[in-house]
Amino acid sequence: MSRLDLTILVIDENTIRASIIEEGLREAGHARVTVIHEVQGVARTIETLRPDVIIIDLENPNRDMMEHLFQLTRTVGRPIAMFVDRSDTASIEAAVEAGVSAYIVDGLKKERVKPILDMAVSRFNAFNRLQRELAEAKSALEERKVVERAKGILMKMRGLSEDEAFALLRQTAMNEKKKMSEIAQSVVTAAGLLM
Amino acid sequence: MRVQAAPPTGRQKAGNSNPPAPARIASEGPRILRAGFIPLVDASVLIAAAEFGFARKEGIALDLVKDVSWANVRDRLAFRQFDIAHMLSPMPVAAMLGLGSNPSPTITPFSLGCGGNAITLSTRLFDRMCNETGLSDHASALENAQALAKVVRNMKERGEQPPTLGMTYPFSSHNYEFRYWLAAGGIDPDRDVKLVVVPPPLTSDALAAGAIDGFCVGAPWNMVASERGVGRIVAAKQDIWPSAPEKVIGMRPEWAESHPETVSRLIVALDAAARWCDRAENHDALAEALADQRYIAAPIDIIRHVLAGEFNLDARGNRRVIDRYFSFHAGFANYPRPSQALWIFSQMIRWGQSTLSEQNMKMAASAYRPDLYRLALGNEALPDNADIRIEGDEDGDRFMDGHVFDPAGMAAYVAGFAVKTTHVTLASGDDI
Repeated sequence: MSRLDLTILVIDENTIRASIIEEGLREAGHARVTVIHEVQGVARTIETLRPDVIIIDLENPNRDMMEHLFQLTRTVGRPIAMFVDRSDTASIEAAVEAGVSAYIVDGLKKERVKPILDMAVSRFNAFNRLQRELAEAKSALEERKVVERAKGILMKMRGLSEDEAFALLRQTAMNEKKKMSEIAQSVVTAAGLLM
Repeated sequence: MRVQAAPPTGRQKAGNSNPPAPARIASEGPRILRAGFIPLVDASVLIAAAEFGFARKEGIALDLVKDVSWANVRDRLAFRQFDIAHMLSPMPVAAMLGLGSNPSPTITPFSLGCGGNAITLSTRLFDRMCNETGLSDHASALENAQALAKVVRNMKERGEQPPTLGMTYPFSSHNYEFRYWLAAGGIDPDRDVKLVVVPPPLTSDALAAGAIDGFCVGAPWNMVASERGVGRIVAAKQDIWPSAPEKVIGMRPEWAESHPETVSRLIVALDAAARWCDRAENHDALAEALADQRYIAAPIDIIRHVLAGEFNLDARGNRRVIDRYFSFHAGFANYPRPSQALWIFSQMIRWGQSTLSEQNMKMAASAYRPDLYRLALGNEALPDNADIRIEGDEDGDRFMDGHVFDPAGMAAYVAGFAVKTTHVTLASGDDI
């Protein structure tokens, strides 16, 4: 059996992340990859697919169900255990940190699985980073919007030019050691109360 | 001989209600402990220690992290993302025996109390038990199990699918208690029914949808199902064995060894929190904290009823009050008694998860560490009887089937059960 003949099952409720992992596996030359998004009926999937490697996200509450399943496989000759290379705790710690884990079938050599897990970890991390950046971009946009509104209010109520309104917000923020968006938010809130 | 807490460095200012700056013990590092937990009422002592100042008083800041599965809790503790964790009482025992998919040495110096579990069957299945066996609404836990056994036999004769029953984890009190109850009624849990794992918060929905016909989980999920009218509570943990340990505080033995003072202070804090949780006058405050989104995120009324042991058995108004449904402290409920670890081991042998050997006996007992408890709380906190005692031989603390557990006679105890796995191994052998 060549390196690339491994049967791999990816279980991830997040469909986008799952497809990113799947793509990574295919790029690495793995052709036998199955992706499922929910754990309903996973027992049957594992029975028919007989995967060598299972990759699962740790946010999945059904992991305990898998543990039960793997307990049962102990007696049927194809035991599955969590991928743990005790000589390489750093990489397994990185996996748990990233929120992903892998199970492998008994007898499979660790070095065949490690590149798969490493790839999954780096893609999980990249995905998490992307989500974080997206959230940050969203909140930056929100902040800009509130500053614009506060500027408009100051221009109207105090007869300032746009530049003057902006300078006032910035100066107040500096004086009070707060973020400009926070000052802007209080202006908007106050205006809402007064008008 | 309680360990005297050194004055925490961050509390010089009188009346300062802020938590002390992360105190340091020269050799043990900052005392911020990351603690994993699963949203259940039996995490009360841990949550109360964090919420009501008991940890802070000992100079410890508890950073509680909610998790979604016991496998995650186990792995995050093993891989040092958690310092300590709320765990099922069999988890350290399984870890020491090398069972499960990622066994990593785990010990417990503190038990979080007794009680809280119950067995719920779908109202559909319970109605059938009443119709087919003449079961009354006030039957005992054993009578309920026997009635289910009759219905299961009837189902088999008619070629119907056997009931599917949910529990939480292969190494859980729920697994062993459910099996104990089924077997006491004459049901073989591996042949006559289908046992599956269902995450506790999903049990009520799974029951309503007909995906399962019953389950054994901790509070508040039994009451959630009964109040919705989809389930009927047929046995409580107290009916099966009142002293059965439930959840524990787990930690890595190497961490405990390198942080002896932190461990002692943690135990002192948990002991104070446990005493507080046991007092009924504190239950309103406790219920309010537990109901919060950060913790259990369940209706406060249900949590209040759970803490009071007031059970709505079904939605038709059948009620039952269980005295000390939760015991957070009383009756030495926090004492990690090694004979309880050995009882858990006996059930692992009974159901084919482990095998009896002298080495395994030693490993199983080593998961529970009364020495650390003693070190922190002194000898006056200890029960009179020994660490290894005969379990279930006193009135008020009997097993539902009347068996008595003598750890010295492990092989005879397991052999004495009429219902057990077919491949029970009582000789010394090691299939781990």
